[in-house]
Amino acid sequence: MIPELGHFALILALCLAIVQGTLPLAGTALRNTSWMQIAVPAARWQFGCLALAFACLTYAFIDKDFSVLYVAQNSNSLLPVYYRISAVWGAHEGSLLLWVLILGGWTFAITHFSRSLPLAFTSRVLAVLGLVSVGFLLFMLLTSNPFERHFPAVERGDLNPLLQDFGLIVHPPMLYMGYVGLAVPFAFAIAALLEGRIDAAWTRWTRPWTIVAWVFLTLGIALGSWWAYYELGWGGWWFWDPVENASFMPWLLGTALLHSLAVTEQRSTFKAWTILLAIFGFSLSLLGTFLVRSGVLVSVHAFATDPTRGVFILGFLSIVIGGALLLYAWRAGGVSSTGRFELVSREMLLLLNNVLLVVVCAAILLGTLYPLLMDALGAGKISVGPPYFNRVFIPLMVPLALILGFGPLVHWKKDSLPSLVRRMHKTALIGIVLGVAFVLLAVGPASLGVTLAVILACWVMAGTLQTLKSRLSPQDLGGSLRRLSRGFVGMLLAHFGVGIFIIGVTLVSAFEKTEDVRMAPGDHYMLGDYRFEFRELNTVNGPNYEAKQATFEIVRNERRIATLYPEKRFYRSSNQPMTEAGINPGLFRDLYVSLGEPLDTDGSDAWAVHLTYKPFVRWIWLGPLLMGLGGLLAASDRRYFRRQPVPGTRPVTVRAKPAEGRS
Amino acid sequence: MSKTIIPLVIFIGLVILLAVGLSRDPRVVPSPLIGKSVPAFELPQLHDPQKTFGTDDLKGQVSLLNVWGSWCVSCRVEHPLLLQVAQQNLIPIYGLNYKDTREDAINWLDQLGDPYSAVAFDAAGEVGIDLGVYGAPETYIIDRNGMIAYKHIGPISGRDWREKFLPVIQQLKNVKS
Repeated sequence: MIPELGHFALILALCLAIVQGTLPLAGTALRNTSWMQIAVPAARWQFGCLALAFACLTYAFIDKDFSVLYVAQNSNSLLPVYYRISAVWGAHEGSLLLWVLILGGWTFAITHFSRSLPLAFTSRVLAVLGLVSVGFLLFMLLTSNPFERHFPAVERGDLNPLLQDFGLIVHPPMLYMGYVGLAVPFAFAIAALLEGRIDAAWTRWTRPWTIVAWVFLTLGIALGSWWAYYELGWGGWWFWDPVENASFMPWLLGTALLHSLAVTEQRSTFKAWTILLAIFGFSLSLLGTFLVRSGVLVSVHAFATDPTRGVFILGFLSIVIGGALLLYAWRAGGVSSTGRFELVSREMLLLLNNVLLVVVCAAILLGTLYPLLMDALGAGKISVGPPYFNRVFIPLMVPLALILGFGPLVHWKKDSLPSLVRRMHKTALIGIVLGVAFVLLAVGPASLGVTLAVILACWVMAGTLQTLKSRLSPQDLGGSLRRLSRGFVGMLLAHFGVGIFIIGVTLVSAFEKTEDVRMAPGDHYMLGDYRFEFRELNTVNGPNYEAKQATFEIVRNERRIATLYPEKRFYRSSNQPMTEAGINPGLFRDLYVSLGEPLDTDGSDAWAVHLTYKPFVRWIWLGPLLMGLGGLLAASDRRYFRRQPVPGTRPVTVRAKPAEGRS
Repeated sequence: MSKTIIPLVIFIGLVILLAVGLSRDPRVVPSPLIGKSVPAFELPQLHDPQKTFGTDDLKGQVSLLNVWGSWCVSCRVEHPLLLQVAQQNLIPIYGLNYKDTREDAINWLDQLGDPYSAVAFDAAGEVGIDLGVYGAPETYIIDRNGMIAYKHIGPISGRDWREKFLPVIQQLKNVKS
């Protein structure tokens, strides 16, 4: 019964989404207030239905209802209950349901927080989100119904062992929050195009939503990278895999959008460009979904692919993005930008920032789709690997980081180069000295490239601190600190995080030490200063797997630092081996041990063991964490919550009707 | 209107591209070499440069030729399957170590296990060019006469093995030479 209830709730949600997507739009065209007013209740009820459907599917997993095909394929009676719950989004159908649920959640949040917006505008935004939801619900009900029954009820599979992990419980929901969150600025952009006007109020509404979506995306990507690091068993943290790129491209455009929104809000310029970025950001989210789900690209992540689904998503993609761009082509010409600026100005630097981010995104898109392009042109099959991406990504990121160091200190509208040099030369010096000192202290003498990269990171951080200093007055330190807006502090945190990230990436790439050695219990191996001692090998059993667990002690200068327990697991139901790395984390270095293959040809307990020393690897995730925190702080800035009447945006309902009777 | 229509035009191009891409299976590649003999080669072996491995070693039995490299992420994905196949002794697997260094490749096999009866070492990727290798991993089924019977691009999944490889291998084995 419960699965049928879930199925029914999904159908009801579709009906509500259709209402939410059509009536309010018609209402704005015909100036019919009651039709517009239907958007809010429809959106809220739709969210309720989706939540019910999601709860039903979760219940089916907890209840081990193996007559539901999706449950039977993706869980197992031996699977612990927390993984049975996370298995809800462990494969295609359920992750789609999560996608739509999150879209419903964002929509619900808009109905809650946007009461001060004009009715016509809210109706348009909700209608656009409703239409997106219609597409996804149709997709789910027509091609990938998670509630499909199948008899006889037998266990048919298991949750992919790679996904049986804490990281995978939180990573997809985070990432989806970000992906789907970009639908909100998209809907705002479409509503603005329909209205034919963008003003300061529009940006003030759009900015916090964009920031929150971006924060989720940032944290989601960082979590994914962290998960790959400890779960895939060889210590890599980024592979330029098509699916990773699919999440990274919306992030790059989201970052560009955040900065472009800043200009639009402060200086009333870049308007059409901002709209275009909002459209592209969500388009890339949809494209990402298409790439992951359709099977057009071969990827390590593509665990659910099906060409017929691909046709549907492509059709949907064309309608949504094509429609949006058509509207843009038609209406964006009328959106005029008023602000003017000189060659040396903050606007110019933000424009450069946008151009660099968009070019990087385009280069990654090209690299991701190039194999497809070559194939379509009949030029053969090729694959594009990390060397390409590193070669285009790094040179474009260097100027971006350079700008980042001083951009926030440049005046709006007009600044002068000599004055900039006067203000910044000390910071540049500090960056160089700090960078060199940091490299020498942290890792010793390094190549020129590494030193320059660390200097660049220190320049970013020093510039960020100078930006902070420029707002503080020495006479009234406490007062001026308190007067800093959250948006400003958030920006500083995020920019500082970029510096941290650059240091992490540079040092771990240049100075990690890795050895693959044959070791048996009792053996030891020196990796740099660290002595890895293989103490013993035991067999341990988990709920649904058997494992060989090694005990490693790590000693440095006669002092024991850590005991690690790397495992090699064999999952019974899927007959798949999994490597669980043993990691000793630290702010300045990780020690990483993973078991390869048993080499017991001679009857001993010898194993191929992968030993790694990873300096500063944590900084790779610490940076995004700071960016995320900064974003959250910025989104909570008081100016977004101030209720103020915005000129020229009075709700259409205020037509002074009651006055008629009295006059 | 004139300028603002550019994004739409680019997007339409992209949709056409994706639609064409969708109509093709990325794993199926028409190889002009199917039904022809393996291009002649003679390469040093990975573990012992003194010994060679070449076209002649492929004759006389049905075998797999697997193109791989230690740099290749997808190769790790299909590796457990190759190990399983090797254990079953159904068919010998020969490796073509492609664009790799000897040290990395040997380390890789030591760590992950070695399913190969022999590995030819193609550091320059010359044999790869003759074979028309697009990327690693790629796997060929070679018949008794040294002819290519089937070519698979990308990692072999359990399903690929059951549905694509096994039928071809069974068929080739049943043919009396």
